[in-house]
Amino acid sequence: MIVRALLAAAALALVTAPAWLPSPYHLHILIMAGIFAILALSLNLLLGYTGQLSLGHAAFFGIGAYTSALLALKLEWSFWLALPCAAVASGIAGWAIGRLALKLRGAYFVLVTISFAGVISLVSINWMELTNGPLGLPGVPPPDFGPWSLRTKRAYYYLVLAAAAFTYLVCHRLVHSRIGRALVALRENEPLAESVGIDGTRYLVLAAVVSAALAGVAGSLYAHYTRFVSPEVFLFTYTVTMVIMVIAGGQGTLLGPVIGALLFTALPEALREAVAWQWQMLAYGVVLVVLVFFLPRGIVPSFERWQRRRAASLR
Amino acid sequence: MLTVEDLGVSFGGVAALAGVSFGVRAGTITSLIGPNGAGKTTAFNAITGYLRAGRGRVTWDGRPLTGRPCDIARRGVVRTFQKTSVFPTLTVLDNVRTGLHLRGRAGLWPVLLGTRGVQREEAKIVETAREVIAFVGLERRADEVAGELPYGEQRLVELAVALAARPRLLLLDEPAAGMTGAEKERLVAMIRRIREQSVTVLVVEHDMRLVMGISDTVIVLNHGRVIAEGAPASIQAHPDVIRAYLGSSSAPA
Repeated sequence: MIVRALLAAAALALVTAPAWLPSPYHLHILIMAGIFAILALSLNLLLGYTGQLSLGHAAFFGIGAYTSALLALKLEWSFWLALPCAAVASGIAGWAIGRLALKLRGAYFVLVTISFAGVISLVSINWMELTNGPLGLPGVPPPDFGPWSLRTKRAYYYLVLAAAAFTYLVCHRLVHSRIGRALVALRENEPLAESVGIDGTRYLVLAAVVSAALAGVAGSLYAHYTRFVSPEVFLFTYTVTMVIMVIAGGQGTLLGPVIGALLFTALPEALREAVAWQWQMLAYGVVLVVLVFFLPRGIVPSFERWQRRRAASLR
Repeated sequence: MLTVEDLGVSFGGVAALAGVSFGVRAGTITSLIGPNGAGKTTAFNAITGYLRAGRGRVTWDGRPLTGRPCDIARRGVVRTFQKTSVFPTLTVLDNVRTGLHLRGRAGLWPVLLGTRGVQREEAKIVETAREVIAFVGLERRADEVAGELPYGEQRLVELAVALAARPRLLLLDEPAAGMTGAEKERLVAMIRRIREQSVTVLVVEHDMRLVMGISDTVIVLNHGRVIAEGAPASIQAHPDVIRAYLGSSSAPA
């Protein structure tokens, strides 16, 4: 009951956010949180549900961003065509990495994803003709929606909100299906999963493709929002941020990554206002350590556990 | 009919299985026994694709049984594990639903679109899962987390997961290990009922009373070889078997 009410209130707050947020700057933070929520949900499909850690997730994000930006700039494609193409391009990259690395899994997968992100980043820096190198690609056009251009923050906010809701729905349907059960089974007990006919490699590759494609969607949204794409999209920091969001929020839950994304997009901004610049990163670290120390399994699983205990004690 | 011919597995020069041949007739309960280290679990692993045999062949239904464990499961050959093996953080119901994997067909797009067909299939899977749970007698535990159940019940969950995969040949690796006397009796009744549903059963088990009670045929392994094969009564009287179990020093290594 309480949870339902809280969720409904949160949904209402998100839908009406542009009306009550004090400034466009705050709306900007919320837009970035939405993009990161998509990324965290996407990473969570792999890390939370299959237990495979992709430490090169920024690569899929960046491939999406570049694909979308290049299609819009060089071929003047509409955003609505560029977005799915970005998802497909990232999905193909996810498929290739999955095929390459998921036969051996575990630490091997972590290493291959890191190296992949490194290589893609180098390509984006050095392929001057295509990517304009370190200078990046300025002037990515904002999306049009019929006769309107979604150039205002308010309009773009609703676009990102819809995309995040779509991503959430995709993840929800997937994890509550036989495909999702297969993924969790592989995380929980791979030999047992194989013994009942679950093809481990096939399902892990499938998860990698969907995860990468969703990261590509986030990349496209990012490119058309900031209107500028440079090799910085491949920064390792982005991947680390995603991992923090997933683990702090609660891996293997659907709401966890969303809460993690909101929290860890807002936190650095809040610290910027509250703490002198020298201490910002330190404060960020302290918050993270405290969170992991007291809620080692993440915010959402800890909350669920607390709820179950309370229900049990009331019984 | 399962046929194992000249199966050989070596670990770093040590032969765990040194050319094992035996057959399991369809519709029977066959036990594989032998002292520790005789190669029973190795044989299971080789038959079900968890281990690649160095030599020999396994046939099931007249066709070679090869490939990865999931390919072999698709042919109706399903195993359980010696160490308790469930999906620990999932509920009993979700454990069994996972075991029903091959009975579902829903692919990525229907799942993402949430089609009627997918919803119907899910409802059917839950229904079947509840039937399987009832078969092993765990109805009251259906919504409890499998890893938190008592040991004996976890073994039943494991059995339910294997049964959910609709085996035609079921390989049970020490299913009674750690069970109390009453639990063992229930297990024996259950294995008999499984056979009645025309499932062929191959059991590795240490409890001789249990083995002699349920088996149509008993196969004895020692040092990676078959040393005896036959009806329970003839095995109990077999001199080589007695020697293997008593560990006579004159036995050839």
